Amino acid sequence: MTAPGSTAAGSIAPAPSVEFEGVSFAYPDGTRALEEVSLRIEPGESVAVIGQNGSGKSTLVRHLNGLLRPTAGRVLLEGRDIRREHVAGLAERVGLAFQNPDRQLFAGRVSAEVAFGPRNLGIRGQQLEERVVAALEAVGLGGEAASNPYDLGYSRRKLLALASVLAMRTPILVLDEPTTGQDARGVVRVRAVVERAVGEGRTVIAISHDMSFVAECFRRVVVMRAGRVVVDGGPEVVFGEAAWPELRAAHLEPPRAAVAGARLGLGSTPTDAALVAALVAAGRGRG
Amino acid sequence: MAIELGSVRYRYAGSASSVLGPIDLRVEPGRVVGVAGANESGKSTLCLVAAGLAPGVIGGRLEGSVRIDGVDAATLRPHELAQRCGLLFQHASTQLSHTTATVFEEVAFGPCNLGLPVAEVVTRVWWALRTAGIEPLASRDPARLSGGQGQLVALASVLALRPRYLILDEPTSELDPAGTQLVAEALERIVRETGAGILLVEHKTDVLARIADEVVVLDHGAVVLSGSAAAVLADPRLAELGVEPPAGVRLERAVRASGLEWSAELEEAVE
Repeated sequence: MTAPGSTAAGSIAPAPSVEFEGVSFAYPDGTRALEEVSLRIEPGESVAVIGQNGSGKSTLVRHLNGLLRPTAGRVLLEGRDIRREHVAGLAERVGLAFQNPDRQLFAGRVSAEVAFGPRNLGIRGQQLEERVVAALEAVGLGGEAASNPYDLGYSRRKLLALASVLAMRTPILVLDEPTTGQDARGVVRVRAVVERAVGEGRTVIAISHDMSFVAECFRRVVVMRAGRVVVDGGPEVVFGEAAWPELRAAHLEPPRAAVAGARLGLGSTPTDAALVAALVAAGRGRG
Repeated sequence: MAIELGSVRYRYAGSASSVLGPIDLRVEPGRVVGVAGANESGKSTLCLVAAGLAPGVIGGRLEGSVRIDGVDAATLRPHELAQRCGLLFQHASTQLSHTTATVFEEVAFGPCNLGLPVAEVVTRVWWALRTAGIEPLASRDPARLSGGQGQLVALASVLALRPRYLILDEPTSELDPAGTQLVAEALERIVRETGAGILLVEHKTDVLARIADEVVVLDHGAVVLSGSAAAVLADPRLAELGVEPPAGVRLERAVRASGLEWSAELEEAVE
């Protein structure tokens, strides 16, 4: 086990798996948000959770840092039931970036915002400084360390919230709609953050409505509908023609490349790159 | 009749330089004008200015003219503005009143404040809920909705004012693909049935490709590209300006970049 203070890139403790065992959750007003969800996520997996608004995606991931506790069933981190864990202990293992950054930001300075989490893990001095700089650089906010978070526009506040989670260097990273509100450059930043975290062996779980982001950046896609997991597999399975009825029932549309590939009889091509590769393999499209 | 911005420049109170301008823009009834641009390129500020809220309500300094159906926006009072120009904020939590117990009451909040007869309010609320596709949410608590549902409630609450022009700041940002499609369809229907003119800020260029007649692209507060939606969305400068081209355009580029021909067959498959 690596000490929390050691900061060299890639020195993350062996990533735990996440397991939902028959998890149901109802909000106090009676709204049933999760219905017997069972899901096992191995260390180092990259998993996108997709589904209609209100299908239970955010409710699902809020169980991972103890914000919500299941009404029935169990949530296990590294095999340990989160009900027995303190929120502070979960925070060392799971970093969660909210959909709305304003639920997360509170400091008067960008650098203080990012330092807050690791400081609470007991990190100080040079090591803390390094973490803050690295996290801000990763999201392209290196030049804003001295700014007030609320002088940044919404999209950059959202990147700041992401940086403050990255600075925790948790083995599990959970991102709730990270590309929402980002322009083309912001989406490139978010993609780079996800790819790097996956490359470092972290477990990355992201909720998204951006199907090309999902198809291109994640190895596994979980589709939720009305509080249940209805499809679970790689992008080529989830966006393959056989799964379209289930996708559409979940108010989702396959990516354009997948639709074009199916129409051309090229099989499942969830990304532009997959479609191009299939065209080449089939010897089609040459002038 | 139109919203007309002539040589508009605007800066917020306390800000030294203009964040917006120069802008010349015209939104006619029955037309959809799309606005794209990188974050912080001035899109939301443009919405506030075009709706007459900046500088009227939020201060700052405006140069040039903003006219709504020929009337200087600065001379219109808030309730007059609200019935001419409905503004949908980017975030539902900014829009909703946080004072109502049900979605129905939330959507009724605006028309009630106009002093309309109760029967008229009820008719408008059901029409707005139906148009936004959220009739089943009528009795839900607005504070306990998902992000996307909240956005649709905010849209319905603007529609219920029956404004001649709609100014929409990323109305689909938190919506799933079906919700996005629902909003696109609703906007098409509103234009067709009510003849409203729409100024639509949208990162999702697929939505603009579908419903916009014209598109303008902002960069550092100024209009840098404008023209028919098809021409602007296929412009090679789009990505440099921080705007992701529509899926069909990206796919065509990926195919061409790998040395393949963009055949009629492919074109048809991507439609």
